[in-house]
Amino acid sequence: MPRVGVFLCHCGTNIAGVVDIPTVAEAVKQFPGVVYVDDNKFSCSEPGQAAIRQSIIDNGLDRVVISACSPRMHEITFRKAVSAAGLNPYLMEIANIREHCSWVHSDNKEAATEKAIELVKMAVAKVSLHQELFRKRISMEKKALVIGGGIAGIQAALDIANAGHQVILVEREPTIGGRMAQLDKTFPTLDCSACILSPKMVDVSQHPNIRLLTYSEVEKVQGFVGNFEVEIRQRARYVNHTTCTGCGICWQKCPEKVPGEFEEGTGQRTSVYIPFPQAVPSKPVIDTVSCRYFKYLDFIDKKMEGKKPPPCRICEKLCPPQAIDWEQKDEIIRETVGAIVVATGFKTFDHSVYGEYGGGRIPDVITSLQLERLMNASGPTLGEVVRPSDGTHPKTVVFLSCVGSRDEAKGRPYCSKICCMYMAKQALMLKEHDPGVQSYIFYIDIRAGGKDFEEFTRRAQEEFGVLYLRGRVSKIYQDDKKLMVCGEDSLIGRPVEIAADMVVLATGVEPSEGAAKVAQTLNISYDTYGFMVEAHPKLRPVETNTDGILVAGACVGPRDIPDSVAHGGAAAAKVIGLLSQDTLTTEPLTAAIDASRCTGCLLCSQICPFQAIDMVPANGKSIAVVNEGLCKGCGLCVAACRSTAPSLKGYTDAQILSEVLALCP
Amino acid sequence: MINTVTILPAAKNDLRSFVEKTSGQKLLRCYQCGKCTAGCPTAYLWDLTPRQVMRAVQLGLKEELMRTHSYWLCVFCQTCSARCPQEIDIAAVMDSLRHLAILEKRAPAEKEVALFHRHFLRLVHRFGKVWEVGLGGLYNLTSGHPLANTSLLPAMFARGKLPLLPHTTHNMEEIRNIFKRAEELERKSAGPETGRKA
Repeated sequence: MPRVGVFLCHCGTNIAGVVDIPTVAEAVKQFPGVVYVDDNKFSCSEPGQAAIRQSIIDNGLDRVVISACSPRMHEITFRKAVSAAGLNPYLMEIANIREHCSWVHSDNKEAATEKAIELVKMAVAKVSLHQELFRKRISMEKKALVIGGGIAGIQAALDIANAGHQVILVEREPTIGGRMAQLDKTFPTLDCSACILSPKMVDVSQHPNIRLLTYSEVEKVQGFVGNFEVEIRQRARYVNHTTCTGCGICWQKCPEKVPGEFEEGTGQRTSVYIPFPQAVPSKPVIDTVSCRYFKYLDFIDKKMEGKKPPPCRICEKLCPPQAIDWEQKDEIIRETVGAIVVATGFKTFDHSVYGEYGGGRIPDVITSLQLERLMNASGPTLGEVVRPSDGTHPKTVVFLSCVGSRDEAKGRPYCSKICCMYMAKQALMLKEHDPGVQSYIFYIDIRAGGKDFEEFTRRAQEEFGVLYLRGRVSKIYQDDKKLMVCGEDSLIGRPVEIAADMVVLATGVEPSEGAAKVAQTLNISYDTYGFMVEAHPKLRPVETNTDGILVAGACVGPRDIPDSVAHGGAAAAKVIGLLSQDTLTTEPLTAAIDASRCTGCLLCSQICPFQAIDMVPANGKSIAVVNEGLCKGCGLCVAACRSTAPSLKGYTDAQILSEVLALCP
Repeated sequence: MINTVTILPAAKNDLRSFVEKTSGQKLLRCYQCGKCTAGCPTAYLWDLTPRQVMRAVQLGLKEELMRTHSYWLCVFCQTCSARCPQEIDIAAVMDSLRHLAILEKRAPAEKEVALFHRHFLRLVHRFGKVWEVGLGGLYNLTSGHPLANTSLLPAMFARGKLPLLPHTTHNMEEIRNIFKRAEELERKSAGPETGRKA
């Protein structure tokens, strides 16, 4: 028979003002197994805890019921107190007679007292069946993986590396830098984007603690916090980066030209290329889709009819260190890391669904990212803003905000946050490039919430004469060389028409291509648009529901550069905190599966929100096994299993049933 | 039928440049919050509200703005100017618009308001000060409402608010000079871009 001690807390008058404690104490003494009852004004206070410790020792108690406030408040406090008396902390149960009783029944003291007695009765019945539980220690691999080499990922990688931990930075493109590298200037300070980004990119490539893997993608992630097993595919570049010196002869001489991704189609690149001059690493890759030699090989392989393409191979002939390697294959790199930062960034909305804006068929209707490239001194036009159709300088430029933002009909009801500011910046910069330019901005609201943002949009209007027109454009059509833009100025309440030379669509922010796939690989949640979901939007903005996996930057939602940098740093701080521990302790209140009852149906494994259940072969069948590193003790598997194989430690069926029986014998 | 407005580049917005020059206000500072309209005691009579007048100037909608009654109905109480968060003297903008209408010899949408102003200035020119009885009499006779507001007369006489004879200023020469100078400036400001009809 267990020896149960019950400690009744008054919580000042919070409990004792409603519940008659002496009556409860008298009743509790009669419950089976109760050998000691005590009450205290504040059990959580130091004297209160000391009294609990002393009573456990003096009376040889082996089970404890604390009848006080919610376990959310003080479960950990009382576990420590019990533990200090030499008892296993899980041999304690809390009866919540404050939130569940005195606070909600202050109008009926008698009934409250009766309810308190029953709550304690249930707790006594349950605690009698408690077993000793022990925390486990798991090892910690002191290495981090950062997915995505944009500004958020770069910041996270540098911060973790500077704290002395190893970092693997994986980037899908041939260079790091991300979207920020494509920008000309940044709002509201008009800093040159490349000038502030390039030093950080170089820092990444030279940092002794960072292993940079570009042209690579994470393919598989298994395991749990402290011990993630990661598989990364390093795609074949067909250029040996160990011998390549980055001299540039290959990409200068390559005869094949294709529209450049980095230039957003405004300029061309060769088949062997680096995306932009400051690329890191500054060594090229060969694009097998456009390369003439690969086309030739394909022709031979498939025994195609017609004229044979030339087996070019000029890069190979000209390469001084002979770094071109046609035999190179994709490589799988396996690593174990303790924590992962996801910073996969964003792409811009595809405006071809807006037929009323030309659906991408009017050459002088361009996107804001294309305008960035045209304004950039290292862009395809060397900073000359010209019309794609005829190369003339536009004098009247109209900006359309919210293209793919705040548009329920296009499935993008959210605000992309950055467009208001970059439009103001671009309109202002156009005037700096050519004082003869008049810009118009059609907007719904000007959202300039940020340090110096409002002042910036005011400056664009007052100093640079950018004319803001409140309304959404309904139609753009070509009229000879002009683009007729039809909208309404809802402030004067009249339709307006502008004969423009160029139209810039402020296309909205959406998650990068394949972001959802990354989330699936990592088993983290993403929303309907594909943005990663944080553990708590306010209080845990860089954590996910999976321990050890953090998120940063625009993969979580539209974010500007300062926000992305801040979140990259915040994610790094969380990683550094994790990696500073040698081992991690796990909570023992997890599910356990009775192997003899498991039929191997896999239902629990499918239903587990934390992917904590693995299937392992045993005696010729598969059975489910709980990974205690991942299990959060939610109990879904217990409820789902048809053969009652799983049980939740601390909340077994027998324990729950004993509470019910105590209440309704 | 609402006509579509063709928006001109800022550089070709003559209306705005005239108003900015004559009122000394920066019209692009207006962000259309509507606080002017909300506080205006006469806006309920206006066809375009004070905010819409400001917007029309920003957009350069000269012809239709000139046709409106709005700026004639401003009583220059300056509530709008005092409250404007962007520190624009909106009342001064309304004055500029009247100025422009007179310069261009447009028929004022509120003829009587224009008439009242003319009589007022004529009396100031003559006596250096306003003469209430003279102004009331002149206005009532020329506006075609000879009995307008006459019910107020006994009470005002009784309180000594309406002296029968005009007061004069001791230095009429100075007053004449002010008027002369104002006329000079007016001629100068009426450049060809304001479209003044000779």
